[in-house]
Order: sequence, then C-alpha cells, then structure tokens
Amino acid sequence: MGGETLAAPWGARTAGLALRLTRKTLWVCLVLLGITLVSFIVIHLAPGSPTDMETTLNPLAGEMTRQRLMALYGLDRPLHIQYLDWLWRLLHLDFGNSMSADARPVLVKIGERLPLTISMNVISLLLTLILAIPLGIWSACRQNTLTDRTITVLVFIGFAMPSFWLAILLMLLFGLELGWLPLSGLTSMNFPSLSPMDKFIDLARHLTMPIIVSTVGGLAGMSRYMRSCLLEVLRQDYILTARAKGLPPRTVVLRHALRNALLPVITLLGLSVPGLIGGSVIIESIFALPGLGQLFYAAVMARDYTMIMGNLVLAAVLTLAGNLLADLCYGLADPRIRSGGMR
Amino acid sequence: MLGAPLKRLLGRNLMLTAGLAIVLVMSGAALLAPVLAPFDPNALMLDSILQPPSPEHPLGTDRLGRDVLSRMLYGGRVSLWVGFVAVGISLAIGTVLGLVSGYFRSWVDEAIMRLVDIMLCFPSFFLILSVIAFLEPSLTNIMIVIGLTSWMGVTRLVRAETLSLREREFVDASLLAGCPTWRILVFHILPNTMAPVLITATLGVAGAILVESGLSFLGLGVQPPTASWGNMLMEGKVVTEIAPWLSVYPGLAILVTVLGYNLLGESLRDLLDPRLRD
Repeated sequence: MGGETLAAPWGARTAGLALRLTRKTLWVCLVLLGITLVSFIVIHLAPGSPTDMETTLNPLAGEMTRQRLMALYGLDRPLHIQYLDWLWRLLHLDFGNSMSADARPVLVKIGERLPLTISMNVISLLLTLILAIPLGIWSACRQNTLTDRTITVLVFIGFAMPSFWLAILLMLLFGLELGWLPLSGLTSMNFPSLSPMDKFIDLARHLTMPIIVSTVGGLAGMSRYMRSCLLEVLRQDYILTARAKGLPPRTVVLRHALRNALLPVITLLGLSVPGLIGGSVIIESIFALPGLGQLFYAAVMARDYTMIMGNLVLAAVLTLAGNLLADLCYGLADPRIRSGGMR
Repeated sequence: MLGAPLKRLLGRNLMLTAGLAIVLVMSGAALLAPVLAPFDPNALMLDSILQPPSPEHPLGTDRLGRDVLSRMLYGGRVSLWVGFVAVGISLAIGTVLGLVSGYFRSWVDEAIMRLVDIMLCFPSFFLILSVIAFLEPSLTNIMIVIGLTSWMGVTRLVRAETLSLREREFVDASLLAGCPTWRILVFHILPNTMAPVLITATLGVAGAILVESGLSFLGLGVQPPTASWGNMLMEGKVVTEIAPWLSVYPGLAILVTVLGYNLLGESLRDLLDPRLRD
C-alpha cells in the first residue's frame, strides 16, 4: 500500500475514481456508437437482403412482393434514416423483430440463447485463470529448466491448436473410441424424465468437451503471459531487497512479486472477451449447442439484419464490459492509478 | 557459470531453428505442390473411396476418392497465400497509420488511436463472418477482410517507434537538409521501425492461417472443390467415425504450420527486441 494514496482524504480518492469512471463510461458509449455505425453500414451495403429467402428463391413471388416486403421491413428508406431509426429504438432497448420467418423480437431470441453461451464462457474463463496462473508461476520460477521447457512446448502447441480440430480429436477419443462422453447436443433424449441431480450430471457431461476446447486456447496464452510478467517483476530491485533480507523464496514470489505481475494479466482477461465470443460460433456449431454463436451463424446465413445487429451490439457491449471491468479491477488492485485520471 | 548464457543462446537458437525449419518445409511443400503431389487434388477416383492410408495413398482418400496428401499439399498453398496477403494488407494499413500518427501527433494521432481502440473492441470474428457471408465466401474476400480487421497492433507498434525516432538527431538533420516530410517518413523512420513489425508480421501469418481455416471449417471460407485444410476438416467431420484420417492430418498440418510461424516470431522477438534481452 502506497503511503501517499492512504494519506489522501477519502473524499478526494472517491472523486478521482468517479471522474475516471465517468470519462471511461462516456468513452464506452462513443465506441459503441462507432461500432454500431460501422456494422450497420457494412451489413446494409453488402449485396443480398433479408427478403431474398422469400422472393428470389420463391418462383411465385414477383417484384411487387419484394417491394412490399422491403416496405414492411423499412428497407426502402434512405440508409441514414434507417440507422437513426434503429438507433432511436435501441435507446429504448428495442432491438426490433427478427427478419426471419418467425418474426419474434430479437431481444427474446437472444435472451433464450444467452445463458448457455455466457455460462460456458464464464466457466472456461475461470478454469483458464485457475490453471494458467499456477502454471505461469511454476514456469517462471523454474526458468530454463526442463519443467519450464516442457510447459513452454505445451503452451506453444496449445496456442497453435485450431479449436475445431481439438474438438474433433476429443470427439474421436472420448465420444467414439472410449464412449465416455456424449458427442454433441446439450441434453440427452430422456432429459425431461431425469431427476434434478441426473439432469445436472447429464448437462455437465454434454458440456465437458466444449468447455475443454474453449479453455485450451486461452490457457496457453494466459499462462505464457503470466510467466513473462512474473519474470519481468522478478528482475526488479525490490525483489532483490526482499531476497536479500532473507525472506523465503516462496514469500518473495507469492506475496511480493505476484501482486504486480497479476496486473497485466487482469487486462488481458478483459481483452480476451471478443475472442471467446467469436470462438463460441465455432464451438457451438461443432457440438450442436443452442447458444448465441449458433443463433448468430443462422442470422448471418439468412441475412437477418436486425438479428445480426442485435448480436453485434451485444457482443460489443460484452467486450466493453469486459474491458471496463478489467480497468476497474486494475484500479482497485493498483494504488498508483487509483486516484489518477485515464492515461 | 560461463555455460549458462551459452546454453540459453542455444535454447533460443533451437526455437529459431525449429520455427525456421517448419516454415521453410511447409512453404516449400506448398510451392512445389504441383511437383510433389502424387495425384491431381481434384481427381475423383470412385473405385477407391475412403481408403485408409496405404503406400499408394500415404494419407488415404476422402469421400470422393480424392488423394488426401495431394489435397493437403494444395491446401498448403491456400494457407500460405492467405497468410501472406492478409498480413501484407494489415502491414500496409498499419505502417501508414502508425507513421502518420506518430510523426504528426496532435489531433491526427488522437483520431487514429481512438479508431484503433474502437477496432480492438470490435467482435471481429462476428464481423468477419457477416462480411464473408454477405460478399460470398472467396479467397480474395477472406484475405481482404482478415487484413482489414488485424492492422491495429502494427499501428500501435509503428506509432510508438515513430514517436521516439522523430526526436532523434538524424531526423533533425534531414529536416535541415531540406528533406521533404514523406522522404523522412519513408526512408529515415520507416526502416528503423522494421524489427518489431517483422515480429508482428510473423505472428500475424499464424493468426491469419487460423482464422482462414476456421472460416473454411464453417463453410464460409475457401469453397470446395478447392482444397484448404479447413474445408477438408469440414468434409471429413461427416465421416469421422469410419475415416478418422480425414479428421487428423489436415488439422495436424494447421497445427504444425501455425506452430512454426509462432516459434519463428517469438524467437525473432527474443533476438531483435533489446527490451526483453537481459
């Protein structure tokens, strides 16, 4: 704990934090606006339209039908009006209705899929942290030994492993060869008739492979990063001091060095959110899981504009929330920037 | 005591050697695909469907009786091409924006850096997916889209280097000698930023190859019958129970290639980046 920050009056410290948060929030809103604008333009200017399914692919539909459908979806108006209208409704949390055949509200459809994707990603993020931090520490403390080398090799392989290939290999091994785990889907056929405990086990069995797959990639990057951050901190003078005054190596690493080495790792955690969301598309498609990724994939294929935009906004919000959260944790963990402004 | 640094250097070189060897072998195999491939990658041999690996077909045949080894060699060309062109695009955008941002500073810098922040928050795989699906999946579109969504790291690096380089005496000297700004940027500052850019580019190739194979696996990348490692895995997944070799070898090729570029990039970083050298 730095003496300076403790000496500062409580009011001034909270004011600093509040200012920081306000600036950050304003910035987040601006980024969000930028993301929606770019996505909207890209998606609407690209060839093809949501009405293709019902018109060009349907021999009975003529030009009249197409125009009426375009008018129904509001696609006949100028692009900037469409954007402003969409934005205005977004401000009221109205994402519009899906342009697919069921025409249900986008928010409802996303709401159904969100819990699965979020819980899978949260679990794999937690697993990543639980495994990556000790691995990184272990590797750093034994720099250039056989252990370190082995971990490094594994990390590089994990880093280069395409997630979908790992998924296929796991399916081959655990699903087909050994028959331990179900191949795909979220629940078994007899799911409704199971007792609550068995339901939980059934779900867990179905989610084991997807979660392993989404953990491996992150694990490699995170443990490597943990290792290099710790190595850098261990080179500092205050660590030398700690060692010189005879503290046991364990205390030096875990109590003195780790605190500072963890800071950049927190940031990386925030930045890993977009990758996780993108990865969900592939993982959910392989394991046939009814999550957000699959919903997005279907929406893209059907050119369901409102659905795509809804998903992009959501993904952007999650990403920004991850960044903001990381920033906040960083501020709480590091007294040096707690009262300062944004860089 | 003297042995330790030597040993470390050897370790470093081992990584460099391994990375370089993989990259060279994989690139060589891809470039020489027409010579090395035992069969035409698209020739259907309906009398030898789903053959397990044998002397005639070292890596077996697929559902349509095509030789897997030949298809993988040609698939390597796709990966190599996508990797290099996509990284080329991102380097071009990244260096220009980075140079301008770092050299002129003020509001230009501010605007470009905020753009970088926005792009980093973009759920880029989602955007890539939608753009590819809309523009029709094709090799060209994939390379362009990957390039357009991956230039931010390069911009930041080049900007940081430029910021410090522009204060150096040789820049002042060029200014006094009446050198035009673009000449200073291109001939005096740019060459000095190349080391970190080279590292990022090497790692970028690995990233681009991974993204392309993922897209192809989803059916939104390189379209059959053109072979790519990603779409070979997609086609193999249907018959993975009876023909596991179709699911194993193309993935292994992706893994090894990406590993090679990552090893090369990381060892270059160790060698070229003085801040990490102790």
